[in-house]
Amino acid sequence: MPALGTFALLLGLALAVYSLVAGTLALLRVHEHADRLGETARRAGIGVFLAVSVAMLALITATYQNDFSVAYIFHHSNRALPLIYKFSALWSGQEGSLLFWAFLLSAYGFVLRARHKVDVRLVAHASVILAAVQVFFLLLLNLAANPFAMMVGNLPADGNGLNPLLQYPEMVIHPPMLYLGYVGFTVPFAFALGALIMRYPGEKWIHITRRWTMVTWLFLSCGIILGMHWAYSVLGWGGYWGWDPVESASFFPWLTGTAFLHSVMMQEKRGMMKVWNVWLIFCTFLLCIFGTLLTRSGIVSSVHAFAQSSIGSWFFAFLGLVIAVCLFFFFKNYDHLKSENKLESLVSRESSFLFNNLLFLAACFTVLWGTLFPVLSEWVTDHKITVGPPFFNRVMIPVALLLLLLTGVGPLLAWRSTSLESLKRNFTWPALGGLAVALLLVLFGMRPWHELSVFYAWTAIALGMMVTLTILSEFWRGARVIASHTGSGLAAAVVQLTRRNTRRYGGYLVHFGIVLIFLGIAGAAFNQEKEQEMGFGDRMTLGPYTLVCRSYTQSENYGSGSPQGADQPNYSSESAIVDVYRGGRPIATMYPERRFYTASEQTATMVANHSTLAEDLYLVYAGRNQDTERPIIRAHLNPLVAWIWIGFFVVLFGTLVALVPPLPASKLAPARAPASGQRRAAPVEVGD
Amino acid sequence: MLRKRMLSLAAVALLAFLTLGAGDSTARFDKLGHKLMCRCGCNQVLLECNHVGCTYSDTMRNELQAGIERGDSDDLILQAFVQKYGTVVLAAPTTTGFNRVAWIMPYLALLGGLALVILVVRKWALRPAAIPAAAQPGASPDLDLYRELARKETEL
Repeated sequence: MPALGTFALLLGLALAVYSLVAGTLALLRVHEHADRLGETARRAGIGVFLAVSVAMLALITATYQNDFSVAYIFHHSNRALPLIYKFSALWSGQEGSLLFWAFLLSAYGFVLRARHKVDVRLVAHASVILAAVQVFFLLLLNLAANPFAMMVGNLPADGNGLNPLLQYPEMVIHPPMLYLGYVGFTVPFAFALGALIMRYPGEKWIHITRRWTMVTWLFLSCGIILGMHWAYSVLGWGGYWGWDPVESASFFPWLTGTAFLHSVMMQEKRGMMKVWNVWLIFCTFLLCIFGTLLTRSGIVSSVHAFAQSSIGSWFFAFLGLVIAVCLFFFFKNYDHLKSENKLESLVSRESSFLFNNLLFLAACFTVLWGTLFPVLSEWVTDHKITVGPPFFNRVMIPVALLLLLLTGVGPLLAWRSTSLESLKRNFTWPALGGLAVALLLVLFGMRPWHELSVFYAWTAIALGMMVTLTILSEFWRGARVIASHTGSGLAAAVVQLTRRNTRRYGGYLVHFGIVLIFLGIAGAAFNQEKEQEMGFGDRMTLGPYTLVCRSYTQSENYGSGSPQGADQPNYSSESAIVDVYRGGRPIATMYPERRFYTASEQTATMVANHSTLAEDLYLVYAGRNQDTERPIIRAHLNPLVAWIWIGFFVVLFGTLVALVPPLPASKLAPARAPASGQRRAAPVEVGD
Repeated sequence: MLRKRMLSLAAVALLAFLTLGAGDSTARFDKLGHKLMCRCGCNQVLLECNHVGCTYSDTMRNELQAGIERGDSDDLILQAFVQKYGTVVLAAPTTTGFNRVAWIMPYLALLGGLALVILVVRKWALRPAAIPAAAQPGASPDLDLYRELARKETEL
């Protein structure tokens, strides 16, 4: 298997180089049979997918065969590792994750090249750019981070095992989602650069890449949320986001990608912001690469980072090259990016997008700045400092709240210009609703003037209500128009309204999901925590809950994939059985656990979480008192956390709705015949 | 009877005083504990480090508790940690010296960006108007209504 994998990687590199060189020559028309040459380049690009797939399958097979002659498998797997985690060992280390990255890139490339008829010349340009990125990753895999490198000396009987933090079901899904997001932004980048190079007329490239961008954004969002859920469920510190550099690395491209998804609408609708959009997508791709560099180079310290290695210099060189190419073609074809229209009013949808973009980029800059400031500080002052959660929370929350405000205001503004009268008419009720909620919260005991975190939570909830009312009013008014045209009920009209303009109303659903996520995050201002040693029958009170330790125990787990009679377990564990009472009534039994993984000699926390819509009761087995042998239980009471995960599902649903093509005009419900003497304009047909 | 009532009142006052003190101390421990990082290499805030057998967090927590019980001010406690563990022990940059740049830059970037956006918008909005102001789109409430209707039925 290692030999097959090594050969497949070399073949993949050769095919990618051919695809790049032949594709470029075909585009430059230096060969008399340029079209045929271009076709061979396209097929070579498809061949890269096959070659890299074989390499990846070879590594997976070798992992399942416990082939510890391969250094990567020795370092990231062991015999007792459950079968499912043997698969996820693929992306748990530097070399394997780069192979997985190259595989996803080649899979995206396969789809792009297979669908070349959508616009042969534009796809040919994008294909060449994609091939250049593939060459970089395959060079890296062949020369600097080979996943099939062999062990030196005697063959080990067993491997080091997988990092225990990664032995969790979400870890089988979270990295692939994140990588699908990171890698996926290569496609819109390739199309944007390709369109710039060939001075592509019109905005068709945006229509072609719209779904690519949205799907990629969705994958990245899924990856980030799954990562948050994993951190919450596994790391056992009671939170879901710690502003760790590796977490932040996934946030950079998400912020610029979200800005792009908004501002690109201005280019589609009004032919504006072309320079801005091109640079937004360039920056998003560059930030994906930069995030990878941060994770793998050891520039910043992080608990999640891969082992430090020399591949940082490869990434620096690649980043420099990409920036140079982007700048060259940008200045060369700058005149092609002139706006077709100008902004007509400060109070318009266009300017709301401008401010939205400003806030997203300010947020991105802030996270980037905070992440890199320790490096800068050490360089300037020779003193190492930490930039941790207090810094990020303080500077990011106001920006996030302004974004939430814009989420409510933006949809109320019309394209080109909105009169203040119209704004007042649409904005009054949502604003009053937000104010009413703010007052109610104070009446029910919230004191926003006591603490800054409570003030932020109070503002977020009030703004969330305003945004929700804005969204509801948009649905209600649109549905009312349809209901009056077709005579259908309001619910049916809402469905038809959404199907007529899936992108707009799907977008509103995404906004609503974001409101729910903000609500969940706002709950953190009221977190409570308690730690106590708990022997048999001991009690702890936290908020409305009483916890009683029924028992505590120790056990060993040999793993389902381990051979019969294996001499050592996958892990041994200590756990407590805790009965939970509320108002004197038993409501749950919880099992906080701590595991010690034998092969890697590392520990992992298995959090017990009793989650309701109002709050999470979150128990951590914090350790054992060495003198009394009794467990120490840390209990967290985290309000509203469930809304973060619910909000994510709404975002997911909204994005899927936005991806569905709108209902063709021929399938729209027929308009009810107007009453005699009454003239009504037929509804304008929709396009997205 | 009066004496008994006075004694009860005194007991309640003492209890309230003690509880108040305890609450303050807990709140300070929580506040300061979230301003410090654990030095075990976990990259986590001191009160959030949950590593088994962590050689630092227990000691650091005890030091923090001791500082609070001695009646040291917040600054003095944080300074003592910096003396012992270095500047990396603080979870956020201080507002002195070069560290000020860390705090200023995000706001400067936001304000700079805001100024730039306003300049761009003004430059675009102030271009020579070919149509008399009264006839410009957006000036008439009727047109506004139609535009809004058209927008609702067609665009994003």
